[in-house]
Amino acid sequence: MKKSIYGVMAEFETPTALVNAARAAREKGYRKLDAYTPFPIEELSDALHLHKNRLPLIVLIGGIIGGISGYLLQYYISVIQYPLNIGGRPLHSWPAYIIITFELTILFASLSAVFGLLALCGLPMPYHPTFNVPRFALASRNRFFLCIESTDPLFDHDKTCEFLETLEPREVSEVAH
Amino acid sequence: MADEPQVIDQPASKEIIAPGYTFGTVTDQIAAVVLTKKTPPLFWLGSFAVGFGLLLLFLLAVAILMVKGLGIWGLRSPAMWAWDITNFVWWVGIGHAGTLISAILLLLNQQWRNSINRFAEAMTLFAVACAGMFPVLHLGRPWLMYWLFPYPNTMAIEPNFRSPLVWDVFAVSTYATVSLLFWYVGLMPDLATLRDRTTDRFAKFFYGILSMGWRGSAKHWAVYETASLLLAGLATPLVLSVHTVVSFDFTIGIVPGWHSTFFPPYFVAGAIYSGFAMVLALAIPLRSAYNLKGLITDKHLDNAAKVMMATGLIVGYSYILEAFTGWYSGNVYEEAAIWNRMTGMYKYHYWTLVACNVIAPNALWFKKIRSSPVILFIWSIIVLIGMWLERFVIIVASLSQDNLPSSWGRFESTRWDWATYLGTIGLFLFLFFLFIRLLPMISIFEVRTLLPQAKVKEEQPR
Repeated sequence: MKKSIYGVMAEFETPTALVNAARAAREKGYRKLDAYTPFPIEELSDALHLHKNRLPLIVLIGGIIGGISGYLLQYYISVIQYPLNIGGRPLHSWPAYIIITFELTILFASLSAVFGLLALCGLPMPYHPTFNVPRFALASRNRFFLCIESTDPLFDHDKTCEFLETLEPREVSEVAH
Repeated sequence: MADEPQVIDQPASKEIIAPGYTFGTVTDQIAAVVLTKKTPPLFWLGSFAVGFGLLLLFLLAVAILMVKGLGIWGLRSPAMWAWDITNFVWWVGIGHAGTLISAILLLLNQQWRNSINRFAEAMTLFAVACAGMFPVLHLGRPWLMYWLFPYPNTMAIEPNFRSPLVWDVFAVSTYATVSLLFWYVGLMPDLATLRDRTTDRFAKFFYGILSMGWRGSAKHWAVYETASLLLAGLATPLVLSVHTVVSFDFTIGIVPGWHSTFFPPYFVAGAIYSGFAMVLALAIPLRSAYNLKGLITDKHLDNAAKVMMATGLIVGYSYILEAFTGWYSGNVYEEAAIWNRMTGMYKYHYWTLVACNVIAPNALWFKKIRSSPVILFIWSIIVLIGMWLERFVIIVASLSQDNLPSSWGRFESTRWDWATYLGTIGLFLFLFFLFIRLLPMISIFEVRTLLPQAKVKEEQPR
């Protein structure tokens, strides 16, 4: 019995090689896999079936909450808490409230976009097993990595390594926990 | 079929990035500016020294303001808004170009933005920081600035939400927050690059914490792309709204020369105009000092100059419209306000701004001028001066001579007006050159996507 590892990782030199490898791995039946690249690659998201995420919904909800709370804030303060009579204008003068309602919609939506991004990515995460691979530092420079994780039902240390070797990577390495 | 991609690919990629770059060299060149242990170039040292010196002047001016009060500025009845609000509007306007480049050009899929958006966004942040100083200092008791926000308090008073000045508080603070978020999200992958590239333990820790453990996972990139698109979509109406709301500070008032409906688009165009001037004024020396001409190419300068000219023409049109509105309104006060601007106490300011903003931008029709960095640099300074004068004339000329001639008066600036204004330029330079030294000034990962190698070649299906 081998000691448990996070997965095995193959290093590629071009985005094309990585995308082809990711497709091949999906075809082979692997599902618990992730790729690491120095920039976003649209074809890779296709290959790994990553196109749907819940961020737009989070942002929509954030925006709606922001808009409603912005309007209610102004209504509550101007009509109930601190009514000011200015030139006899109605206390609930909604056209004047539009701007702050709009600004708070944008503010809440943007905050939910950023915090939603962090939440969906599970960041901040200062430690991750992939950082144990010395050459992985190049994933933020010019190399492209494909990692098949050991939690995949098809994962078998030797067979998966062999499979990755058939994809003509630069190097295949183990990812320790 | 074979020649189609060639026609599309070649010219676009050649002009916005010099040929011969690889993922590695792009990364190393941009990261080296930050990670080098060598003393920065003379240009950096000089600019930083000037910025720091002026920043000290700013601190002095603010300290004296706190001790003696607003009287040290030239504010006297009737001109109770003068340099402070002029500077505020000028700085906020400069910020707009950064958001335009990062958000609107992203939505329009303009790839040339990729190599200038980072420092343009930093410019936005620091310009908004400088802008924020003025209304706060102008409060008279700046330490009570939190009274501007609605919060439960024992005085049982709240802001008046029907006032454009309160709208401005919300617009500018939202703008500052969203710009910071957008900028930070854009920085995350590059901070990870710096974390992986640096050999210094402290720097590794610093960039490691800031990058939040970004590892370039495809799953993360997919969400990341959605997030940047959504943030761009949110920042676009926001940036247009900010200067609109700033213009409401004037248009909602009934001061002659302020009370007109075309101010919002006029202000937004002016903002982008001055903002692109600042982008050029920063980019031209930077790319020479750091040898980045392969990444910030002549094409970028050309495009920025074109945007500057287009918005400059809108601004010029607005001046004509302003004069027309004054005349066509048939209102004696509006007519007098326009007439006073052109022939009154501030006529030299007015005609200088016309020269800077209406006549000067027309030189940019010529490709020769657009392709000469030195002339473009001079032109951008002319535009910045012109736009400052524009705001000054709108504010001070209208206030000095409003409806009642017996209360007219002339505004005279004091040395503390100068000190505060130059001081914020110092604050801007100080922050900006710190940024240049500590963070990558060009978005590394976005430049990587510009390289021809970044395109995935579709091979035979197998």
